[in-house]
Amino acid sequence: MAILVYAESQEGHYKKAAFEAVSYAKSIADKSGDTVTAVAINATESSDSLYKYGANKVLKVSSDALKNFSPNSFAKVLAELKDGEIIVLPATNDASSFAPLLALKTNATLVTNLTSAPSNVSPFTAERRAFSGKGIETIEVTEGAKVLTVLQNAFGLKENPVSGTEESANVSVSDADSKVKVVKVEQASSDKIDLKEAEIVVSGGRGLKGPENWGMIEELAKLLGAATASSKPVADIGWRPHSEHVGQTGKAIAPKLYIAIGISGAIQHLAGVNGSKTIVVINPDAEAPFFKSADYGIVGDAFEVVPKLIEEVKKFKGA
Amino acid sequence: MKILVCISSVPDTTAKINFTSDGKEFDKNGVQFVINPHDEFSLTRAVQLQETQGAKITVVTVGDISVEPVMRKALAIGADDAIRVNADARDGFFVATQIAKIAKEGGYDIVLAGRESIDFNGGEVPGFVAGILDYAFVNGCVGLKVEGNSIEAVREIDGGKETVSASFPVVIAGQKGLVEESELRIPNMRGIMAARTKPLSVVEAEQTSSKLKVVGYVKPASRGNVTLVDKDNVGELVRLLHEEAKVI
Ligand SMILES: Cc1cc2nc3c(=O)[nH]c(=O)nc-3n(C[C@H](O)[C@H](O)[C@H](O)COP(=O)(O)OP(=O)(O)OC[C@H]3O[C@@H](n4cnc5c(N)ncnc54)[C@H](O)[C@@H]3O)c2cc1C
Ligand SMILES: Nc1ncnc2c1ncn2[C@@H]1O[C@H](COP(=O)(O)O)[C@@H](O)[C@H]1O
Repeated sequence: MAILVYAESQEGHYKKAAFEAVSYAKSIADKSGDTVTAVAINATESSDSLYKYGANKVLKVSSDALKNFSPNSFAKVLAELKDGEIIVLPATNDASSFAPLLALKTNATLVTNLTSAPSNVSPFTAERRAFSGKGIETIEVTEGAKVLTVLQNAFGLKENPVSGTEESANVSVSDADSKVKVVKVEQASSDKIDLKEAEIVVSGGRGLKGPENWGMIEELAKLLGAATASSKPVADIGWRPHSEHVGQTGKAIAPKLYIAIGISGAIQHLAGVNGSKTIVVINPDAEAPFFKSADYGIVGDAFEVVPKLIEEVKKFKGA
Repeated sequence: MKILVCISSVPDTTAKINFTSDGKEFDKNGVQFVINPHDEFSLTRAVQLQETQGAKITVVTVGDISVEPVMRKALAIGADDAIRVNADARDGFFVATQIAKIAKEGGYDIVLAGRESIDFNGGEVPGFVAGILDYAFVNGCVGLKVEGNSIEAVREIDGGKETVSASFPVVIAGQKGLVEESELRIPNMRGIMAARTKPLSVVEAEQTSSKLKVVGYVKPASRGNVTLVDKDNVGELVRLLHEEAKVI
C-alpha cells in the first residue's frame, strides 16, 4: 500500500515543508514496507525534487477549483486519492487547517505536530510537541487509518533518492466544494524567506530600542539567508508585524540557528524557539535568562556587536 | 447573532511544566490555570460584536469542575452565559464532538475558538467541529467582520494574508491580531460581580471511541552550558558556528 503525502506548493513551487513531509513518510515506509505517493496540487515544478526525498509516485492534480486554498476542497482531494492507511501532511497553516476535515472524511485518527520518526509503526508510536515545547508527548495509535502532521524543521530533510514516476490524477472537485470564498490575497514580497521554513532566523527584542534600528537585523539576516523574527512586545508596540512574533502566543519555530538580539529570554519567548538546534544570544546583561538556554552567547551591546558580526560574516562568506 | 466561544483552560504561560513521576500525566500541582491566550483574542472580538452588533455570547468549556474559575473569568469579561461539558478533555475529537452538539442544538451562527491550546498544542478542535457540522471554517483568523448573515475574515497564510468570505454558520479559529493586545479586557469589579450570577450550566458528555493513547511525557533535553565569546572577538563566534555547531 501507499503512504499518501501532501506536497504543499506555493505559486507552483514545492515548499521545504513538502520535502520534510515526504522524508517523514519515507521513514515510515522503510519500516512498514509501504511505498510513498506524493500529491501535488497545481504544482508546476518538476517531480524530481520529490523523488529525491523518497516519493515513489507523484500524483499531479491540476484544477482551477483548487487555485485558492479552501479546507474543504483540499481535504476532499486527499480523501479521494487515499489508498492506504496513512496520510502525512506538513504542519503548515493550510495543511493544519484541513487535517481534521481529512481525518473525519477518511475515518482516521489525527495526530498533529509530530517531531520524530515513529519508534514503531504498528501500533504507530511517535513523539509530538506538547506544552509549547516544554514537554514531549509520546502517543500511540492502536489501529486503523491515520492522518499525521509533521512539525516544520523538526524531523528535517532526509535525502533518499528513488526513481519515481509521475501521473496526473483526476479529482471530482468544483468551486461548490469550497465553503469559503477567497476575496483577496496579499503576499509579502517573494524574496522574503518564510519564517517557519527558515533554516536560520535572526530575531530582535526590545533591547533594540526602536524600529529604526532593524536595518542591521535585516542586513545580518540577508547575509545569512535567514528570516527575521521578533519578541512579542516588539510586535505589540508595532515596531514589527505580528507575523514575525515568535513564542508561546506567536509562531513556534525550529530553525538550525536562532540568533536572539536584545531579547531577555522570558519563558513565553523560549516556548516558541526552544526547538532550535543552536541558539546564539547577544545581550549586554550577563544575567539575562536567555543565556541559560543558549549554546553561544556574547555579553555586549547589540549596536556594537551586530555591526562587527556583519563584517565577520561578510569575511566568512567571501572566503 | 449568536456566538459560541470555545474556551480551553490551560496552565499559565509562566508555569513550569512538570510530569508525574511515572511520566504518564501532566502534574497540575501548584499550576495556575488561565484562559488559553488565543481564545482570549477570540472572546474579546466576540465581546466587541456584542457591544456593536448585539451579539449574544455563550462560552463553552469541556472539562471537570476545576475549569469553572476560568469560565467565570470569561463571563466577567462579557459573555452572557456558559455551558460546561463535564468530562476530562484530553482527546481533540472527543472535545469537538461535545462542542459540535452544543453548537448545533443552540443554533449558533458563529463558533469562535482559538488556533490551538497552548498545553497540548493540538490545533484540532475547531477543524473537527467544522467537519462534524459541515460548517465553513477559517483557521488562523486575524480579522473578522460580520454583516447580516455573512462574515469577512482575514487569515494568516505563509508569507502573507488572505481575505475570505463565508455565510453563517461558520467556525473560526482566532489568534493574536483578531484584536490587538491593547484591546484585551481585564475584568472589572462590576464584571466580576455580574459573572457570579450569570448562568453556568453543566451538561454530561456524549461518549466517543478513540484509538489514540498517550504513552507518556518527558521534558526536552536541556542544553549544555553556554559558550561565551568575547565581544571584541566576534570572528570566533562565526568560526564556532561554522566548525563546531556546523549551522552556517
Ligand atoms: C500571556 C503571555 C504570553 C506571552 N507570549 C509571548 C510570546 O509568544 N513571545 C514573546 O516573545 N513574549 C511573550 N510574552 C512576553 C514575555 O513575557 C516577555 O515580556 C517578552 O518576551 C520580553 O520581550 P523582550 O525580551 O524583547 O524585552 P525585554 O524583556 O524588555 O528585554 C530586553 C532585553 O534587551 C536587552 N538589551 C538592552 N539594551 C540592549 C542593547 N543595547 N543591545 C542588546 N540587548 C540589549 C536587555 O538586557 C534585556 O534583556 C508573553 C507574555 C504573556 C503574559
Ligand atoms: N476542552 C475544551 N473546551 C472548550 N474549547 C476547547 C477545549 N479544548 C480546545 N478548545 C478550543 O479549541 C481550540 C484549539 O484547541 P486544540 O485543538 O486543543 O489545540 C482552543 O483554542 C479552544 O478554543
